[in-house]
Amino acid sequence: MRRKLPAPLRARTRSVAITASPPLTRTTADAGPPAVELEGITKRFPGVVANKDVTFSVRRGTVHAIVGENGAGKSTLMKILYGVQRPDEGTIKVGGQLVNLHSPSDAIAAGIGMVFQHFMLADNLTVLENVVLGAEKLHGIGDKARREIQRISDAYKLDVDPDALVSELGVGARQRIEILKVLYRGAKTLILDEPTAVLVPQEVDELFDQLAELKDEGLTVLFISHKLDEVLKVADSITVIRRGTTIDTVDPKSVNARQLAELMVGSELPSPTTEESTVTDRVLLSVEDLVLGGGSGRPLLDGISLTIHAGEVLGIAGVEGNGQAELVEVIMGMREPTSGTVHLETTDISDWGTREIREAGVGYIPEDRHRHALLLEAPLWENRILGHQTESPNVKGQLIDAAAAKADTQRIVGEYDVRTPSIFVTAGSLSGGNQQKLIIGREMSHHPKVLIAAHPTRGVDVGAQSSIWDHIRAARREGLAVLLISADLEELIGLSDTIRVILRGKLSGEFDPDAVTAEDLGAAMTGAGEKEQTR
Amino acid sequence: MKALNPRRILLSAAAPVLALVVAFVVTSLVLVAVGDPVAEVWKTILAVPKPRQAVNIVNAAAVFYLSAIAVAVGFRMNLFNIGVDGQYRVAVFAAAVFAGQAWLPGWLNIVVSILIAMVAGGLWASIAAYLKVKRGVSEVISTIMLNAIATGIVSWLLLKVADRKAGSNSIETKTIPDSSQLEGFKLIPGATNRVYTLLILALLVGFLYWFVLGKTRFGFDLRATGRSESAAVASGVKVPRMVMTAMIASGALAGLVGMPLLFGQDHNYGTTFQSGLGFAGIAIALLGRNNAVGIAFAALLWAFLDVQSNALQIQANVAQELVNIIQGVILFAVVIAYELIRRADKRLEQTRVARELAAQRPAPASKEGAPA
Repeated sequence: MRRKLPAPLRARTRSVAITASPPLTRTTADAGPPAVELEGITKRFPGVVANKDVTFSVRRGTVHAIVGENGAGKSTLMKILYGVQRPDEGTIKVGGQLVNLHSPSDAIAAGIGMVFQHFMLADNLTVLENVVLGAEKLHGIGDKARREIQRISDAYKLDVDPDALVSELGVGARQRIEILKVLYRGAKTLILDEPTAVLVPQEVDELFDQLAELKDEGLTVLFISHKLDEVLKVADSITVIRRGTTIDTVDPKSVNARQLAELMVGSELPSPTTEESTVTDRVLLSVEDLVLGGGSGRPLLDGISLTIHAGEVLGIAGVEGNGQAELVEVIMGMREPTSGTVHLETTDISDWGTREIREAGVGYIPEDRHRHALLLEAPLWENRILGHQTESPNVKGQLIDAAAAKADTQRIVGEYDVRTPSIFVTAGSLSGGNQQKLIIGREMSHHPKVLIAAHPTRGVDVGAQSSIWDHIRAARREGLAVLLISADLEELIGLSDTIRVILRGKLSGEFDPDAVTAEDLGAAMTGAGEKEQTR
Repeated sequence: MKALNPRRILLSAAAPVLALVVAFVVTSLVLVAVGDPVAEVWKTILAVPKPRQAVNIVNAAAVFYLSAIAVAVGFRMNLFNIGVDGQYRVAVFAAAVFAGQAWLPGWLNIVVSILIAMVAGGLWASIAAYLKVKRGVSEVISTIMLNAIATGIVSWLLLKVADRKAGSNSIETKTIPDSSQLEGFKLIPGATNRVYTLLILALLVGFLYWFVLGKTRFGFDLRATGRSESAAVASGVKVPRMVMTAMIASGALAGLVGMPLLFGQDHNYGTTFQSGLGFAGIAIALLGRNNAVGIAFAALLWAFLDVQSNALQIQANVAQELVNIIQGVILFAVVIAYELIRRADKRLEQTRVARELAAQRPAPASKEGAPA
């Protein structure tokens, strides 16, 4: 049942050897001190290290890209640079000067500006009003400000009309206003967070022209992305982040997209634990030709078909935002598909509500446990009831059986090693790993036939991670069918019997975790090798 | 650790006490600023109520309690039913018209009238519920609008059905028959007036509120929705249906607000029927933290202040509206105090959990998530 990789793809996997160029910081002795220099930045959150020993420097007057998978720690790093978060260790230098960024206004004062992925503009105001909002002291709010905006717009060829109403402007123009806002406040270094995510290809080209313009005027751009082909096109140097730390800084001229993808996902992938396959031929979950419309744009899910057998783990790899969340929500009955069917064994559950689906034996580990799996202000035992409000031991008839639910929570806490002083503390006071262990214990306690697990080990510490993996493996041996969605390739390869990649709402063919390489997956995930791929 | 820990009980008691102290200080400052007799005012308000006033306090509290419970049902799932005021007017009018016809004898007339009030209140609330579920209209806006509409409709209908007596200016519905008037209980010795019979209704509603929300599946779903709508959806709660149910339940309970007054005091609905009960309910529900017992205390406090203020004009020569300032400041202070305490509590619990776990593990393992 497992389709092997197409020959050309496999042939290429051998030849890759990353020839990282020497870190660029050493080769640039020309332009004085670097615009931004990070040294040993470390940031810990309870139970997890978001950034560890991040070190790189950005030359003045260049476009410097930061690439990494979702969850690799890019956004924490950018928040640190923009003064939203403070690092636990490490130093930041701007223009050779040591700075201490306590807030975004400190960052702006140091000449660092941020252009967010989600625009922060008031639709009902004009461009001028949006730009001066919060910066009224710089050039007032009248003609002086208008002249300044015009000057910046002309100097960097941003083509912005100060008196246009924002609601009448397109996405590309709005992004240019965001850039202008940052320049207006005197930024010399601009951070652009996934700037191309919202743009159509022509707009992307325009943006890149503007970035070149900014660069020529001596400004520095930090460009965050996971789209490798774009990064290769626009950046002067590329820093790769993986698992919270800087892996390498490379010269785009010396690498190709494949090599970059491998750096991003890790070149020494673990060999999958050679466990006996437990896959049976009993189909437990089958999804056929699922389509979920996305309003006016392309569909969010585009003809997804998959089957999972008892004892099988189907791993779905993919860069976030390619339809994973939507697929899970459709299967769980939280969203209605536009067309297509979902079958649990032989029963059509496409129109069922979430509660019926869960009662029928589908366990659910949501991607965002704080939003979808827990009541943070409720005690652990009430959280044990959540999602199984109609099932024993939580209820007797229409009544909540608090005593039985508490006793069972105590059992879960013991069996799943949830570190907590008691079952009466609120869920919000536990660390991420312990919250997740409670959720997994809860879902497993109802002996599901199918488990939908989205990023089950995201944001949990290493100890909890391996115990969560063990629980999933144990359940698989007993005939559970698992849909595993993850951005962590180690997890996917270590747990899955079959791996498929989701890209723009479409599923790729099947990869064999025993034979697949990070390069193959990276290419399929980012669409870097899309043209050569024949499927 | 036990389910009830002393720290939490202390913290929950601290907020209202603190709020009362703040209200006392602020009101005193206001009195000093305008040159009113501070001591005299507090002596009047804090005097031990006479038996007659004690009865009035209990009666007023019963009505406030029903109103606050109606509001609290919505609050528990983050629905702000500002429309209790309109709902109880529509309901009491419908019940008064029906009961006045005397189609049914004695108690049966009362029971059916109460059911009619609940249906009327529920229907009126269902308009806002429907608009929220189907059209996404904020219930805050729609219920405020519906309050104004309710006032208009009831006044208009009242003119149509009014039973005008010669020589009287008051406009009111037909008085309900004697057999359906409730005499009340002689609960407090030495009082000439009586406690509403329908105090029982308030107690019953309070018990049901506690039971349904705390002990049933429905209540769990409702509270889960209030705490986190997204988590409730993922757990299988049909949120639109829940909004519909909770809003209508809130409206039906609001329908009960006027019942003790109708059957125990006024015996008809007219232009003099007590107004503003719905807004008092919002304040009392907030003060009582949506808790069945907490609301009872809050309702008694509110009623106490209201009744005691009646003597202000005579005894201290201060307008009795002063009590509105006290109530307002209490509310402000208590809302702020609750939020401060909620945050402090969350922080304390997190550090306590971390500390207890650290104590359990002599050598905490390295929790590095980035092994690169």
